[in-house]
Amino acid sequence: MTFVEALRCRECGKTYPVAALHVCDHCFGPLEVTYDYDAIRANVTRQTIADGPQTIWRYAALLPAEAPGAIDLGAGCTPLVRADRLASELGLGELWLKNDTVNPTGSFKDRVVSVALAKARELGFKVAACPSTGNLANSVAAHAARAGMRSVVFVPSDLEPAKIAMTAVFGCTLIAVDGTYDDVNRLCAELTDDHEDWAFVNVNVRTYYAEGSKTLAFETAEQLGWQAPDHVVAPIASGSQLTKIAKGFRELAEVGLIDASEIRISGAQADGCSPVATAFADGSDAIRPVRPNTIAKSLAIGNPADGWYALDEVRKSGGAIGSVSDDEIRDGISLLARTEGIFAETAGGVTVATLAKLAAQGVVRRDERVVAMITGHGLKTLDAITDRVGPTVTIPPTRAAFEAAYSQED
Amino acid sequence: MATAVRIPTQLRPLAGGASELTVEGETVGDVLKALDAAHPGFADRLFDENGALRRFVNVFLGEEDVRFLDGLNTPVAGQSLSIVPAVAGG
Repeated sequence: MTFVEALRCRECGKTYPVAALHVCDHCFGPLEVTYDYDAIRANVTRQTIADGPQTIWRYAALLPAEAPGAIDLGAGCTPLVRADRLASELGLGELWLKNDTVNPTGSFKDRVVSVALAKARELGFKVAACPSTGNLANSVAAHAARAGMRSVVFVPSDLEPAKIAMTAVFGCTLIAVDGTYDDVNRLCAELTDDHEDWAFVNVNVRTYYAEGSKTLAFETAEQLGWQAPDHVVAPIASGSQLTKIAKGFRELAEVGLIDASEIRISGAQADGCSPVATAFADGSDAIRPVRPNTIAKSLAIGNPADGWYALDEVRKSGGAIGSVSDDEIRDGISLLARTEGIFAETAGGVTVATLAKLAAQGVVRRDERVVAMITGHGLKTLDAITDRVGPTVTIPPTRAAFEAAYSQED
Repeated sequence: MATAVRIPTQLRPLAGGASELTVEGETVGDVLKALDAAHPGFADRLFDENGALRRFVNVFLGEEDVRFLDGLNTPVAGQSLSIVPAVAGG
């Protein structure tokens, strides 16, 4: 059973039954899933969660789909690792990394897709689809293959080769669109009207899909011994993930699984696509769409659907939103890899580099327990760093050559 | 000037179920107001209390989001309009 009560418009508050809806008919605002928190509090304990599977579905009571029908590749329950070496480089105290690079298709998207397609199947959709900057494409194609569903995936044609290959290999129909992600997004929003039995996971199933990101908060709290961190740093693309992380921690307190506490949330963007960081810096409520130009393609959403909500969560919590250049993103990838042994994609570079900047500014503080969300694997964006990493030296296969080269290196 | 406007599912009940309507108007704002004149109810759904496009309503002229152009004052110049819910993606 689920504990879902209804869908509710975040803008005007109008409520809807649990159906294949994603925007408010009246004002076009996004619909949110609401739950019967009293019933969850009465039925769910730390122990019932601990007895669940080692996937996001251990938190099924706080998700909008039925666990037994889940389309499950094993998303979630990724490591939360203490990062003392990185903390020391950044002048921070207690720093943790949520290593979501180790999900089945290498990014946090497996969390949202598992929820979205489970719900899509309940609602009777026949085809799995999405517009994607790459990570979502990988995950939708893989989960659809696992479920025996047909999938149709739309990506910008200039996407990284690894993300193209990692999608096509699952046997989906892969449509490369000449345009930006925002163009692809618009196309898919229009196609939802023409293909009523297609579940575009982040369009017409987005209400349910987005709930999957709450599991980042659930796991973080459980892995910290059912405690909330003081400060969370997460990347911002559409703004959905950051918004849902905040919702996740609030829900845990609401159902009594953690004590209520103030959690600061900060956001990270690339300079080449920073509409939310710009609004934060300007003290503005209006998010002006931009045309993205950054190596962090997985964050390159110029017109972020949940940007305003992410901005609001950050401001309410006393956090900040920073942005970093492409070179700083590459530096962030290298720093994370060399200090903690985690190889992240460009979005991870954005998060680490922004964390470094916010730490230097004193926004993220040494006396805080900090968690940074590392959301995608570095193998997906090899191009970003191949011009700065490679063999230290190339030698003939002799001991003498090695010793000569190595002594110079030393 | 007659301009074709693509209507999203959410607004089709206002248009008798039509997925496209053709109305007259020189600018994007004129065209959207003409929609409301022909099919009362559109303005309430598209505009906020200040007469600006609601936050979650995207309007495209041809391939371009009108927020990148001159907003509601953009001349339509023979291109078609598309109304698209903004809540998508990411």
